[in-house]
Amino acid sequence: MERSRWLLPLLLMLCLGLGYTVLSMPEPVEGLPEMLVDNMEVAGVSNPVTAVLLNFRGYDTLLEMGVLLVALLGVWSLGGIPDYRESSPGLVLDIMSRQLVPVLILVAGYLLWVGADAPGGAFQAGSLLGAAGVLLLLCGWRIGNRCSGLPLRFLLILGLGMFVVAGTGLLLIGGEFLQYPSPVARELILMIEAAATLSIGATLAAMFLGSLPGGADK
Amino acid sequence: MSYVYLYALLGVSLFVLGLNALIVHAHLLRKILAVNVMSTGVFLVLVALSSRNEEVLPDPVPHAMVITGIVVSVSATALALILMLKVNRATGKNELPDRGRD
Amino acid sequence: MEALTILNWVLDGLLGVSLFSLAWLALASPDIFKAIVLFISFGLLMALAWVRLNAPDVALAEAAIGAGLTGALLLAAFARLEDISIGASDGEEVQSHIQHDSNEEPK
Repeated sequence: MERSRWLLPLLLMLCLGLGYTVLSMPEPVEGLPEMLVDNMEVAGVSNPVTAVLLNFRGYDTLLEMGVLLVALLGVWSLGGIPDYRESSPGLVLDIMSRQLVPVLILVAGYLLWVGADAPGGAFQAGSLLGAAGVLLLLCGWRIGNRCSGLPLRFLLILGLGMFVVAGTGLLLIGGEFLQYPSPVARELILMIEAAATLSIGATLAAMFLGSLPGGADK
Repeated sequence: MSYVYLYALLGVSLFVLGLNALIVHAHLLRKILAVNVMSTGVFLVLVALSSRNEEVLPDPVPHAMVITGIVVSVSATALALILMLKVNRATGKNELPDRGRD
Repeated sequence: MEALTILNWVLDGLLGVSLFSLAWLALASPDIFKAIVLFISFGLLMALAWVRLNAPDVALAEAAIGAGLTGALLLAAFARLEDISIGASDGEEVQSHIQHDSNEEPK
Protein backbone atom coordinates (compact mmCIF):
# COMPACT_ATOMS: atom_id res chain seq x y z
CA MET A 1 0.00 0.00 0.00
CA GLU A 2 2.14 2.80 -1.32
CA ARG A 3 -0.65 5.37 -1.12
CA SER A 4 -1.64 4.97 2.49
CA ARG A 5 1.90 5.61 3.76
CA TRP A 6 1.92 9.10 2.29
CA LEU A 7 -1.67 9.94 3.04
CA LEU A 8 -1.41 10.61 6.76
CA PRO A 9 1.64 12.93 6.69
CA LEU A 10 0.12 14.87 3.79
CA LEU A 11 -3.16 15.30 5.61
CA LEU A 12 -1.38 16.38 8.78
CA MET A 13 0.56 18.95 6.79
CA LEU A 14 -2.69 20.19 5.25
CA CYS A 15 -4.25 20.41 8.72
CA LEU A 16 -1.30 22.37 10.10
CA GLY A 17 -1.22 24.69 7.11
CA LEU A 18 -4.94 25.40 7.22
CA GLY A 19 -4.83 25.87 10.98
CA TYR A 20 -1.97 28.34 10.69
CA THR A 21 -3.83 30.21 7.95
CA VAL A 22 -6.99 30.44 10.02
CA LEU A 23 -5.14 31.67 13.10
CA SER A 24 -3.04 34.22 11.24
CA MET A 25 -5.84 35.63 9.15
CA PRO A 26 -5.85 39.41 9.53
CA GLU A 27 -8.83 41.34 10.80
CA PRO A 28 -10.83 42.91 8.01
CA VAL A 29 -9.95 46.58 7.77
CA GLU A 30 -13.10 47.88 6.20
CA GLY A 31 -16.02 46.18 7.85
CA LEU A 32 -18.90 44.90 5.82
CA PRO A 33 -20.95 44.85 9.05
CA GLU A 34 -20.76 48.63 9.46
CA MET A 35 -22.02 49.12 5.93
CA LEU A 36 -24.84 46.75 6.72
CA VAL A 37 -25.78 48.52 9.94
CA ASP A 38 -25.86 51.85 8.11
CA ASN A 39 -28.28 50.48 5.54
CA MET A 40 -30.55 48.53 7.84
CA GLU A 41 -33.33 51.12 7.83
CA VAL A 42 -33.93 50.76 4.11
CA ALA A 43 -33.91 46.96 4.29
CA GLY A 44 -37.50 46.65 5.45
CA VAL A 45 -36.71 43.97 8.02
CA SER A 46 -34.75 44.25 11.23
CA ASN A 47 -33.17 40.81 11.31
CA PRO A 48 -29.80 41.34 9.61
CA VAL A 49 -29.54 37.78 8.32
CA THR A 50 -32.93 37.98 6.63
CA ALA A 51 -32.01 41.39 5.26
CA VAL A 52 -28.85 39.96 3.73
CA LEU A 53 -30.58 36.86 2.38
CA LEU A 54 -33.60 38.51 0.83
CA ASN A 55 -32.56 42.08 0.18
CA PHE A 56 -28.86 42.90 -0.04
CA ARG A 57 -27.82 39.63 -1.58
CA GLY A 58 -31.11 38.61 -3.13
CA TYR A 59 -29.31 37.25 -6.17
CA ASP A 60 -27.74 34.51 -4.06
CA THR A 61 -31.08 33.36 -2.78
CA LEU A 62 -32.64 33.60 -6.23
CA LEU A 63 -29.94 31.39 -7.67
CA GLU A 64 -30.17 29.05 -4.71
CA MET A 65 -33.82 28.43 -5.46
CA GLY A 66 -32.60 27.57 -8.94
CA VAL A 67 -30.06 25.14 -7.50
CA LEU A 68 -32.76 23.40 -5.47
CA LEU A 69 -34.93 23.08 -8.56
CA VAL A 70 -32.07 21.71 -10.67
CA ALA A 71 -31.17 19.19 -7.95
CA LEU A 72 -34.78 18.00 -7.87
CA LEU A 73 -34.80 17.74 -11.66
CA GLY A 74 -31.63 15.67 -11.40
CA VAL A 75 -33.27 13.36 -8.88
CA TRP A 76 -36.36 12.99 -11.02
CA SER A 77 -34.50 12.46 -14.26
CA LEU A 78 -32.56 9.56 -12.76
CA GLY A 79 -35.99 8.04 -12.08
CA GLY A 80 -36.94 4.46 -11.50
CA ILE A 81 -35.94 4.23 -7.86
CA PRO A 82 -38.30 1.73 -6.25
CA ASP A 83 -40.71 3.07 -3.69
CA TYR A 84 -40.34 2.04 -0.09
CA ARG A 85 -41.48 -1.38 0.94
CA GLU A 86 -45.12 -1.43 1.80
CA SER A 87 -45.39 -1.53 5.54
CA SER A 88 -48.08 -0.20 7.80
CA PRO A 89 -46.73 2.66 9.90
CA GLY A 90 -48.09 1.34 13.13
CA LEU A 91 -50.62 2.91 15.43
CA VAL A 92 -48.26 5.17 17.36
CA LEU A 93 -46.63 6.76 14.32
CA ASP A 94 -49.98 7.05 12.59
CA ILE A 95 -51.64 8.92 15.44
CA MET A 96 -48.57 10.98 16.27
CA SER A 97 -48.14 12.15 12.70
CA ARG A 98 -51.72 13.38 12.68
CA GLN A 99 -50.95 15.47 15.75
CA LEU A 100 -47.49 16.58 14.68
CA VAL A 101 -48.02 17.68 11.10
CA PRO A 102 -50.41 20.55 11.93
CA VAL A 103 -48.05 21.68 14.69
CA LEU A 104 -45.11 21.60 12.28
CA ILE A 105 -47.05 23.66 9.74
CA LEU A 106 -47.97 26.15 12.45
CA VAL A 107 -44.37 26.43 13.64
CA ALA A 108 -43.21 26.91 10.06
CA GLY A 109 -45.67 29.77 9.65
CA TYR A 110 -44.48 31.30 12.91
CA LEU A 111 -40.82 31.03 11.91
CA LEU A 112 -41.60 32.63 8.57
CA TRP A 113 -43.45 35.52 10.17
CA VAL A 114 -41.00 36.11 12.98
CA GLY A 115 -38.02 35.89 10.61
CA ALA A 116 -38.34 39.56 9.78
CA ASP A 117 -37.30 40.66 13.26
CA ALA A 118 -35.84 37.63 15.04
CA PRO A 119 -33.99 34.44 14.14
CA GLY A 120 -36.01 32.50 11.61
CA GLY A 121 -36.96 32.94 8.01
CA ALA A 122 -37.78 31.22 4.79
CA PHE A 123 -35.15 28.49 4.87
CA GLN A 124 -35.88 27.37 8.39
CA ALA A 125 -39.63 27.42 7.81
CA GLY A 126 -39.22 25.65 4.49
CA SER A 127 -37.14 22.88 5.97
CA LEU A 128 -39.76 22.40 8.70
CA LEU A 129 -42.41 22.05 6.01
CA GLY A 130 -40.13 19.57 4.29
CA ALA A 131 -39.84 17.62 7.53
CA ALA A 132 -43.63 17.55 7.83
CA GLY A 133 -43.80 16.22 4.28
CA VAL A 134 -41.22 13.54 5.08
CA LEU A 135 -43.26 12.48 8.11
CA LEU A 136 -46.35 12.17 5.94
CA LEU A 137 -44.46 10.18 3.32
CA LEU A 138 -43.12 7.83 6.00
CA CYS A 139 -46.68 7.18 7.13
CA GLY A 140 -47.55 5.98 3.66
CA TRP A 141 -49.22 9.13 2.37
CA ARG A 142 -48.67 9.77 -1.32
CA ILE A 143 -49.72 12.78 -3.27
CA GLY A 144 -52.87 12.05 -5.23
CA ASN A 145 -52.85 11.74 -8.98
CA ARG A 146 -55.03 14.81 -9.25
CA CYS A 147 -52.40 17.03 -7.60
CA SER A 148 -49.20 15.38 -8.74
CA GLY A 149 -49.18 17.00 -12.15
CA LEU A 150 -49.50 20.71 -12.68
CA PRO A 151 -50.30 21.79 -9.07
CA LEU A 152 -47.17 20.16 -7.67
CA ARG A 153 -44.96 21.65 -10.38
CA PHE A 154 -46.50 25.04 -9.77
CA LEU A 155 -45.68 24.73 -6.09
CA LEU A 156 -42.11 23.73 -6.88
CA ILE A 157 -41.37 26.71 -9.12
CA LEU A 158 -43.33 29.16 -6.97
CA GLY A 159 -40.28 30.40 -5.05
CA LEU A 160 -38.08 30.97 -8.05
CA GLY A 161 -41.03 32.34 -10.01
CA MET A 162 -41.99 34.83 -7.31
CA PHE A 163 -38.40 36.05 -7.15
CA VAL A 164 -38.21 36.56 -10.90
CA VAL A 165 -41.66 38.16 -11.09
CA ALA A 166 -40.84 40.58 -8.28
CA GLY A 167 -37.50 41.47 -9.81
CA THR A 168 -38.93 41.95 -13.28
CA GLY A 169 -41.83 43.96 -11.94
CA LEU A 170 -39.39 46.29 -10.22
CA LEU A 171 -37.47 46.61 -13.48
CA LEU A 172 -40.66 47.50 -15.31
CA ILE A 173 -41.67 50.26 -12.91
CA GLY A 174 -38.25 51.79 -13.28
CA GLY A 175 -36.16 50.39 -10.48
CA GLU A 176 -33.26 47.98 -10.44
CA PHE A 177 -33.58 44.20 -10.48
CA LEU A 178 -34.39 43.01 -6.94
CA GLN A 179 -33.81 46.45 -5.42
CA TYR A 180 -36.95 46.94 -3.38
CA PRO A 181 -38.27 50.45 -2.85
CA SER A 182 -38.04 51.14 0.87
CA PRO A 183 -41.75 51.69 1.69
CA VAL A 184 -42.92 48.32 0.37
CA ALA A 185 -39.73 46.37 1.04
CA ARG A 186 -41.17 44.55 4.04
CA GLU A 187 -44.28 43.37 2.19
CA LEU A 188 -42.28 42.31 -0.86
CA ILE A 189 -39.80 40.38 1.24
CA LEU A 190 -42.57 38.62 3.15
CA MET A 191 -44.32 37.70 -0.10
CA ILE A 192 -41.16 36.27 -1.64
CA GLU A 193 -40.31 34.48 1.58
CA ALA A 194 -43.73 32.86 1.78
CA ALA A 195 -43.42 31.59 -1.77
CA ALA A 196 -39.87 30.39 -1.17
CA THR A 197 -40.96 28.57 2.01
CA LEU A 198 -43.64 26.60 0.16
CA SER A 199 -41.23 25.76 -2.64
CA ILE A 200 -38.41 24.67 -0.35
CA GLY A 201 -40.76 22.45 1.66
CA ALA A 202 -42.23 20.83 -1.44
CA THR A 203 -38.80 20.38 -3.04
CA LEU A 204 -37.28 18.72 0.02
CA ALA A 205 -40.22 16.37 0.46
CA ALA A 206 -40.15 15.48 -3.24
CA MET A 207 -36.42 14.77 -2.98
CA PHE A 208 -37.12 12.41 -0.12
CA LEU A 209 -39.62 10.49 -2.23
CA GLY A 210 -36.95 10.24 -4.91
CA SER A 211 -39.01 9.33 -7.93
CA LEU A 212 -41.48 11.26 -9.99
CA PRO A 213 -44.76 11.14 -8.10
CA GLY A 214 -47.91 10.07 -9.86
CA GLY A 215 -46.55 7.12 -11.80
CA ALA A 216 -46.02 5.12 -8.65
CA ASP A 217 -49.64 5.36 -7.58
CA LYS A 218 -50.97 2.81 -10.00
CA MET B 1 -7.08 34.74 21.32
CA SER B 2 -10.72 34.10 22.01
CA TYR B 3 -12.86 31.01 22.01
CA VAL B 4 -13.98 31.41 18.41
CA TYR B 5 -10.55 30.23 17.27
CA LEU B 6 -11.28 26.96 19.02
CA TYR B 7 -14.25 26.49 16.73
CA ALA B 8 -12.27 27.62 13.68
CA LEU B 9 -9.59 25.02 14.42
CA LEU B 10 -12.31 22.44 15.02
CA GLY B 11 -13.67 23.30 11.58
CA VAL B 12 -10.24 22.80 10.02
CA SER B 13 -9.78 19.45 11.72
CA LEU B 14 -13.29 18.32 10.70
CA PHE B 15 -12.43 19.21 7.11
CA VAL B 16 -9.24 17.16 7.19
CA LEU B 17 -11.00 14.28 8.96
CA GLY B 18 -13.67 14.23 6.27
CA LEU B 19 -11.05 14.38 3.52
CA ASN B 20 -9.25 11.42 5.06
CA ALA B 21 -12.45 9.38 5.21
CA LEU B 22 -13.32 10.39 1.65
CA ILE B 23 -10.02 8.97 0.42
CA VAL B 24 -9.78 5.90 2.63
CA HIS B 25 -13.29 4.41 2.53
CA ALA B 26 -14.72 2.77 -0.54
CA HIS B 27 -18.37 2.57 0.50
CA LEU B 28 -20.28 5.31 -1.30
CA LEU B 29 -22.62 6.11 1.59
CA ARG B 30 -19.62 6.74 3.80
CA LYS B 31 -18.12 8.97 1.14
CA ILE B 32 -21.32 11.03 1.19
CA LEU B 33 -21.10 11.26 4.99
CA ALA B 34 -17.48 12.38 4.63
CA VAL B 35 -18.38 15.14 2.18
CA ASN B 36 -21.07 16.32 4.60
CA VAL B 37 -18.57 16.45 7.46
CA MET B 38 -16.15 18.40 5.24
CA SER B 39 -18.82 20.96 4.37
CA THR B 40 -19.73 21.32 8.03
CA GLY B 41 -16.08 22.07 8.75
CA VAL B 42 -16.04 24.79 6.11
CA PHE B 43 -19.22 26.34 7.53
CA LEU B 44 -17.74 26.27 11.01
CA VAL B 45 -14.64 28.16 9.86
CA LEU B 46 -16.78 30.75 8.07
CA VAL B 47 -19.08 31.45 11.01
CA ALA B 48 -16.30 31.35 13.60
CA LEU B 49 -14.18 33.87 11.74
CA SER B 50 -17.18 36.14 11.24
CA SER B 51 -17.65 36.61 14.99
CA ARG B 52 -14.03 36.82 16.16
CA ASN B 53 -14.27 40.46 17.11
CA GLU B 54 -16.22 40.40 20.33
CA GLU B 55 -16.97 44.12 20.58
CA VAL B 56 -19.11 44.35 17.46
CA LEU B 57 -22.01 42.15 16.39
CA PRO B 58 -21.12 39.14 14.23
CA ASP B 59 -21.07 39.74 10.51
CA PRO B 60 -24.40 38.46 9.12
CA VAL B 61 -23.16 37.96 5.56
CA PRO B 62 -21.29 34.69 6.32
CA HIS B 63 -24.30 33.55 8.34
CA ALA B 64 -26.55 34.03 5.33
CA MET B 65 -24.02 32.23 3.15
CA VAL B 66 -23.91 29.31 5.57
CA ILE B 67 -27.71 29.00 5.70
CA THR B 68 -27.74 28.94 1.91
CA GLY B 69 -24.92 26.41 1.98
CA ILE B 70 -26.74 24.08 4.38
CA VAL B 71 -29.81 23.98 2.16
CA VAL B 72 -27.71 23.43 -0.96
CA SER B 73 -25.72 20.67 0.71
CA VAL B 74 -28.87 18.79 1.71
CA SER B 75 -30.13 18.89 -1.86
CA ALA B 76 -26.72 17.78 -3.13
CA THR B 77 -26.82 14.95 -0.60
CA ALA B 78 -30.22 13.85 -1.87
CA LEU B 79 -28.93 13.81 -5.45
CA ALA B 80 -25.80 11.92 -4.42
CA LEU B 81 -27.85 9.30 -2.57
CA ILE B 82 -30.05 8.69 -5.60
CA LEU B 83 -26.92 8.37 -7.75
CA MET B 84 -25.54 5.87 -5.24
CA LEU B 85 -28.72 3.80 -5.44
CA LYS B 86 -28.42 3.87 -9.22
CA VAL B 87 -24.81 2.66 -9.07
CA ASN B 88 -25.88 -0.05 -6.68
CA ARG B 89 -28.64 -1.22 -8.98
CA ALA B 90 -26.42 -1.16 -12.04
CA THR B 91 -23.42 -2.96 -10.58
CA GLY B 92 -24.78 -4.63 -7.45
CA LYS B 93 -22.05 -3.08 -5.33
CA ASN B 94 -21.83 -0.16 -2.95
CA GLU B 95 -18.58 1.18 -4.35
CA LEU B 96 -17.20 2.40 -7.61
CA PRO B 97 -15.22 -0.11 -9.65
CA ASP B 98 -11.52 0.51 -9.22
CA ARG B 99 -9.73 0.01 -12.52
CA GLY B 100 -6.26 0.90 -11.25
CA ARG B 101 -6.06 -1.90 -8.74
CA ASP B 102 -6.45 -4.71 -11.25
CA MET C 1 -17.23 36.74 36.14
CA GLU C 2 -14.06 34.72 36.31
CA ALA C 3 -15.89 31.51 37.09
CA LEU C 4 -18.28 32.16 34.21
CA THR C 5 -15.39 32.51 31.75
CA ILE C 6 -13.86 29.25 32.89
CA LEU C 7 -17.25 27.57 32.61
CA ASN C 8 -17.61 28.87 29.07
CA TRP C 9 -14.21 27.52 28.13
CA VAL C 10 -15.06 24.15 29.63
CA LEU C 11 -18.34 24.09 27.72
CA ASP C 12 -16.62 25.02 24.46
CA GLY C 13 -13.93 22.43 25.02
CA LEU C 14 -16.44 19.69 25.78
CA LEU C 15 -18.54 20.62 22.77
CA GLY C 16 -15.51 20.66 20.50
CA VAL C 17 -14.17 17.34 21.73
CA SER C 18 -17.55 15.62 21.46
CA LEU C 19 -18.16 17.05 17.98
CA PHE C 20 -14.79 15.84 16.78
CA SER C 21 -15.13 12.40 18.32
CA LEU C 22 -18.67 11.99 16.98
CA ALA C 23 -17.48 12.85 13.49
CA TRP C 24 -14.54 10.48 13.90
CA LEU C 25 -16.76 7.62 15.06
CA ALA C 26 -19.32 8.30 12.34
CA LEU C 27 -16.63 8.08 9.68
CA ALA C 28 -14.75 5.14 11.18
CA SER C 29 -17.39 2.77 12.57
CA PRO C 30 -17.68 -0.39 10.48
CA ASP C 31 -21.47 -0.51 10.69
CA ILE C 32 -23.08 1.90 8.23
CA PHE C 33 -26.31 2.18 10.21
CA LYS C 34 -24.38 3.15 13.32
CA ALA C 35 -22.42 5.66 11.27
CA ILE C 36 -25.61 7.34 10.08
CA VAL C 37 -27.05 7.55 13.59
CA LEU C 38 -23.80 9.03 14.87
CA PHE C 39 -23.86 11.54 12.02
CA ILE C 40 -27.39 12.61 12.99
CA SER C 41 -26.28 13.22 16.57
CA PHE C 42 -23.30 15.13 15.18
CA GLY C 43 -25.77 17.39 13.35
CA LEU C 44 -27.75 17.95 16.55
CA LEU C 45 -24.64 18.97 18.47
CA MET C 46 -23.63 21.27 15.61
CA ALA C 47 -26.80 23.25 16.29
CA LEU C 48 -25.47 23.88 19.82
CA ALA C 49 -22.15 25.00 18.40
CA TRP C 50 -23.89 27.54 16.14
CA VAL C 51 -25.68 28.95 19.18
CA ARG C 52 -22.33 29.32 20.94
CA LEU C 53 -21.04 31.21 17.92
CA ASN C 54 -23.89 33.77 18.08
CA ALA C 55 -25.57 32.44 14.99
CA PRO C 56 -29.13 31.46 16.01
CA ASP C 57 -30.39 31.59 12.43
CA VAL C 58 -27.86 29.01 11.36
CA ALA C 59 -28.68 26.95 14.45
CA LEU C 60 -32.35 26.79 13.48
CA ALA C 61 -31.52 25.78 9.93
CA GLU C 62 -29.05 23.15 11.11
CA ALA C 63 -31.47 21.71 13.67
CA ALA C 64 -34.19 21.32 11.06
CA ILE C 65 -32.02 20.20 8.14
CA GLY C 66 -28.79 18.77 9.50
CA ALA C 67 -30.44 16.73 12.19
CA GLY C 68 -33.84 16.06 10.67
CA LEU C 69 -33.91 15.98 6.91
CA THR C 70 -30.39 14.76 6.16
CA GLY C 71 -30.84 11.94 8.65
CA ALA C 72 -34.14 10.93 7.10
CA LEU C 73 -32.61 11.00 3.63
CA LEU C 74 -29.59 8.93 4.68
CA LEU C 75 -31.67 6.36 6.55
CA ALA C 76 -34.12 6.06 3.67
CA ALA C 77 -31.29 5.52 1.21
CA PHE C 78 -29.74 2.96 3.54
CA ALA C 79 -33.04 1.07 3.78
CA ARG C 80 -33.40 1.06 -0.01
CA LEU C 81 -29.80 -0.13 -0.33
CA GLU C 82 -30.58 -3.08 1.93
CA ASP C 83 -33.76 -3.78 -0.05
CA ILE C 84 -31.85 -3.85 -3.30
CA SER C 85 -29.12 -6.12 -1.95
CA ILE C 86 -31.70 -8.51 -0.50
CA GLY C 87 -33.52 -8.51 -3.83
CA ALA C 88 -30.30 -9.06 -5.76
CA SER C 89 -28.98 -11.91 -3.65
CA ASP C 90 -31.91 -14.20 -4.41
CA GLY C 91 -32.16 -12.94 -7.98
CA GLU C 92 -29.60 -13.05 -10.73
CA GLU C 93 -25.87 -13.29 -10.23
CA VAL C 94 -23.93 -10.07 -9.92
CA GLN C 95 -22.01 -9.20 -13.05
CA SER C 96 -18.55 -10.71 -13.06
CA HIS C 97 -16.32 -7.88 -14.26
CA ILE C 98 -16.73 -5.95 -11.05
CA GLN C 99 -16.79 -9.00 -8.87
CA HIS C 100 -13.17 -9.28 -7.89
CA ASP C 101 -12.47 -6.07 -6.03
CA SER C 102 -14.64 -6.80 -3.05
CA ASN C 103 -11.86 -7.06 -0.50
CA GLU C 104 -13.09 -4.27 1.76
CA GLU C 105 -16.79 -4.55 2.35
CA PRO C 106 -18.16 -7.83 3.54
CA LYS C 107 -21.69 -6.83 2.51
